[in-house]
Amino acid sequence: MPDQDEPVWVDTTVNGVRHEEVVDARTTLADFLRGRLRLTGTHVGCEHGVCGACTVIVDGAAVRSCLMLAVQADGAVVETVEGLTDDPGDLTPLQDAFSRHHAVQCGFCTSGFLMSTTAALREGPVTDEAQARDVLSGNICRCTGYTGMVAALLEVGGTRDDH
Amino acid sequence: MKPGRFTYHAPRSVDEALAVLGQHAGDAKVLAGGQSLVPLLNFRVAEPGHLVDVNRLPGLSEPVRTATGWHVPALVRQRAVERSAALTGAFPLLGRALHEVAHPQIRNRGTLCGSLAHADAAAELPAVVTALDGRLRIASPRGERTVAAADFFVFHLTTALEDDELLLGVDLDDLPAGTTTSFHEFAGRRGDFALAAVAGQATRDTRGVVTRCRLVAAGVAGTPLRLRAAEDVLLGARLDDSALAAATRAAAREARPTGDVHASAGYRRDLVGTLTRRVLADIAAAVPTEELTHA
Repeated sequence: MPDQDEPVWVDTTVNGVRHEEVVDARTTLADFLRGRLRLTGTHVGCEHGVCGACTVIVDGAAVRSCLMLAVQADGAVVETVEGLTDDPGDLTPLQDAFSRHHAVQCGFCTSGFLMSTTAALREGPVTDEAQARDVLSGNICRCTGYTGMVAALLEVGGTRDDH
Repeated sequence: MKPGRFTYHAPRSVDEALAVLGQHAGDAKVLAGGQSLVPLLNFRVAEPGHLVDVNRLPGLSEPVRTATGWHVPALVRQRAVERSAALTGAFPLLGRALHEVAHPQIRNRGTLCGSLAHADAAAELPAVVTALDGRLRIASPRGERTVAAADFFVFHLTTALEDDELLLGVDLDDLPAGTTTSFHEFAGRRGDFALAAVAGQATRDTRGVVTRCRLVAAGVAGTPLRLRAAEDVLLGARLDDSALAAATRAAAREARPTGDVHASAGYRRDLVGTLTRRVLADIAAAVPTEELTHA
């Protein structure tokens, strides 16, 4: 193992803003977003790809940011929960539905769920409960029991252009 | 829960990747989708001094039609395979198995070949590629070689790949006319590794007699386990109830799983039988294309 960290350049666009940064090669994308860019809406739970709390959208695809190195996002377009709306006070229809259906309790997992479901809805409508649960299966919530999330997803899932 | 230090390499050609691997053989790991390797790095179960990120290698991201079937190069994401009508049309069990592999967020990054190179004994894709008689193309400074899937998997997390070798892709031959495939698994939770899984294909002649058969189990041995006794029962037989029952018994008998906290050995053995029966029932219910033509 090298006795010093290796600095590497990362040139990446996050929520529409281009960032050119020098990071340690071993920095994960999750830690880069949180620690360097101070985008702390992305949460770090299990750090081995199981819980989904760190889910972000990279080049259009929902991915675990704990399982990508920051340097691998060089040249990529990254979206985090902070970028879902232009104005921090606004909510997307999905966020609004999460709120109304009590799909949020402690909130730790919420940003990961929002990024997974946002990506899924861009790919196509979600119209029945089995499909909704399939979409939600890649993220873990320990509070809500998922019922509210299923309801929120189904409420906005039939129309795909709002997201 | 953070990776140890490593020197990061992002080669732009296979030759460059092989040079780095050769220079640091034994102390370098290949990073493709990273969905198995990065957890190991985060836990520091793996602490390679050099990480060779192959994601920027050109020409390895799209499936290629070959004279005999399909070549799936190293950087084809699992999600791309499951969305490829050509690949899932040619190999229906591949699409079916991929739906059981983790979750979309993992499959968006994870590669088919990465799962093969990682070779987890409970993983779906090594069993599927074994059941399809896949051939793995491997590059090294000594040239390129091809290894049959049956010879590639050595043990849990252990393959025929040498330290200085790079998996370039996998070749899958088109299935003969009259062939039907299926895949079934049982897992504790959606997206988990299977407690047991069975991948299968069978070719039947116009009379419905099995002329060719592959049944491969995952999660019940150190490598994908070819269920040869069950295959032998089926060869020359029609897929009727008695043949399915005999194959089910043979499959459960020849599996020698070990028990762990998730399931006992006996439970896993029973699962192999049950899953084999489900795979064969799917195949029996399908009408092979050749029979349609001759009807």
